[in-house]
Amino acid sequence: MELTKTAKAVKPPKPAKPSRLSLSQKQAIKGLLFISPFVVGFMIFYLRSLVMTIQFSFSDIEVIDGGYSSTFVGFKHYIHALAEHASFKQDLVTSIMDMVVDVVLIIFFSLFMAILLNQKFRGRTLSRAVFFLPVILNSQAINTAITMARQMMMGGMSPVSADVAEAAAVGTVNVMYYVYMFSDLGLPIGLLDYVIGAVTRINSIITASGVQLIIFIAALQSIPPSLYEVAKIEGATPYETFWKVTFPMVSPLIVTNVVYSFVDSFINSSVVNLSYETIFRNLNFALGSVFSLLSMLVVCLLLFITVSIISKRTFYYN
Amino acid sequence: MKSNSLTAKIKNMRSDTRLANEGRRVLRQSKNLLFVIFRTAIIIGLSYVILGPLIGILANSFFSNADKYSPVVYLIPQEPTLERYRLAIIRMDFWNTLLRMLAYVASLTLIQIFICSLVGYGFARFKFPLKKLFFACVIIMIVIPSHSVMLPIYMTFQNFNPLGIVGAVNNIRANGGLSGLSLSSLFSGGGGINLLGTPIPMYIMTLLGCGLRAGLYIYIFNQFFRGLPKEIEEAAAIDGAGTIYTYFRIMLPNAMPSIITVTIFSIVWQYNDTFFANLFMISPDIVLSKSIASLQTNVQFLDRIFDPSISVLYVYAGIILVITPIMVLYVLLQKWFIEGVERSGIVG
Repeated sequence: MELTKTAKAVKPPKPAKPSRLSLSQKQAIKGLLFISPFVVGFMIFYLRSLVMTIQFSFSDIEVIDGGYSSTFVGFKHYIHALAEHASFKQDLVTSIMDMVVDVVLIIFFSLFMAILLNQKFRGRTLSRAVFFLPVILNSQAINTAITMARQMMMGGMSPVSADVAEAAAVGTVNVMYYVYMFSDLGLPIGLLDYVIGAVTRINSIITASGVQLIIFIAALQSIPPSLYEVAKIEGATPYETFWKVTFPMVSPLIVTNVVYSFVDSFINSSVVNLSYETIFRNLNFALGSVFSLLSMLVVCLLLFITVSIISKRTFYYN
Repeated sequence: MKSNSLTAKIKNMRSDTRLANEGRRVLRQSKNLLFVIFRTAIIIGLSYVILGPLIGILANSFFSNADKYSPVVYLIPQEPTLERYRLAIIRMDFWNTLLRMLAYVASLTLIQIFICSLVGYGFARFKFPLKKLFFACVIIMIVIPSHSVMLPIYMTFQNFNPLGIVGAVNNIRANGGLSGLSLSSLFSGGGGINLLGTPIPMYIMTLLGCGLRAGLYIYIFNQFFRGLPKEIEEAAAIDGAGTIYTYFRIMLPNAMPSIITVTIFSIVWQYNDTFFANLFMISPDIVLSKSIASLQTNVQFLDRIFDPSISVLYVYAGIILVITPIMVLYVLLQKWFIEGVERSGIVG
């Protein structure tokens, strides 16, 4: 008891009036100054926009001279979007389904290709450059022309489904032939659908996985070689090495890539297109805002679930 | 006799092991060979999927009318012509547009690098209240694409009036002076200026750290600066360098890998961006990817080439023209690029 009392008494008195800011306060001010452009921008362009979008979605908007007038109508537009609109629900569901399927395929494909392209062989730089090409050429006009050119290269047919025809024309094999063959073998139709979908989608998968591929290659490069040496000395087979060394070391980047792929395929999805059309073609601001908000909510929810599932299994080296 | 049989046995065993080793070696070699064949096949095949249409576009852009309809011509034209390029260059006003585009993209990229590195550095090195919240904002910006909030952004720039200042200036100008304007009518809100149709909105957004995928760049810079040793700055501070000096002269030069990564991403995405270009209605005189979209219509109606399979050849020539600059740039920078990604902190 005695000791604590004296200890309290000994404690140095605070300066009565701090004439200057303390070091940590200075640091805080400097830090805030450094990030201030972003904070201001975020407030103006994101936070305000988000609030406005929510506000729009609950009101009827009328464009008047030099601005707009809005009247509060409650959930009218939400009900319209979910119960009456012809294509929103369908678009949303197909977009989400496509997204999920695509993201899984993109992650597998880019990891696989990264492992291949990370090995030493002649022409490695060139092939890496080729696989990054789709990112460079990823503009709407160019994509449209490339799709046309692809069909032209495949023989200029006018197929029912361009995707299937593309895949079919690659080696002049008939995809449907294999579908019938495998379904005759008794494989479940759902699985077949998925595999065929994956095969026919190979173009869009390759096109969408340029950035992820680069990130995975970078991750593979950053694995310390000593781990592989240890695995070799301990007598691990390549298969074991992959699952015990490569995969865990790359796994933090899987989260990054999943997030990136989700956002990327969301931007190009039909539901975003629908809300763009609704706002700027049909000038139905309120309904467009509802579409944006609902799709954004669904995607964020999906992202949250996926990321929390994956990051539980992620291995962090440090 | 006995020793003889023993040596024979040992000889036998030796040759056995040698044989076994030989067998294992052959097996391993053939396994490797199979793997190399497999790998080469996959890489070449998938490369073809990517390059195939490009080869087609390139070849077709040299086709003359006769080649296009000749059944024997597949990729190599019999009478190659540069006519497609000539007309595409005229109709797109290619050289001027390219110059404007390059200036636009380069200036935006410089601003992106400057602002995003600044913000990333701020997040990486300073402690301040609400830091976690602000960083969550960066993540939100990555996850929520600007597509979800496009309408308010559009409206902001349609009637651009930050804090009523622009409106006030306009009101003063309209009134011919300050006299006779009460303070309330000065800041009455109306009378902002319409910035749509110009690239100014893009510059404003980029300057405020909200440009095209700025969240990602901030994240990259933040990760990289966090990985640099703190001792560098401590040494600089002891030697008497201020924060600004330390940042520009010591931290930025050290961040070269991140800068190269961000430069490539920013140039490529900005060059190909059509979303913001359409949202802000930036004129096709500046944005090449927009001018190529209208090329076919232009050629059809201005030059009376109505045959779609001929007029599309001009689009192919246009595409080759548009992608050449960015390809050249990528080939020049790509050596540093992948290394840059490796060291830039995306990987953590």
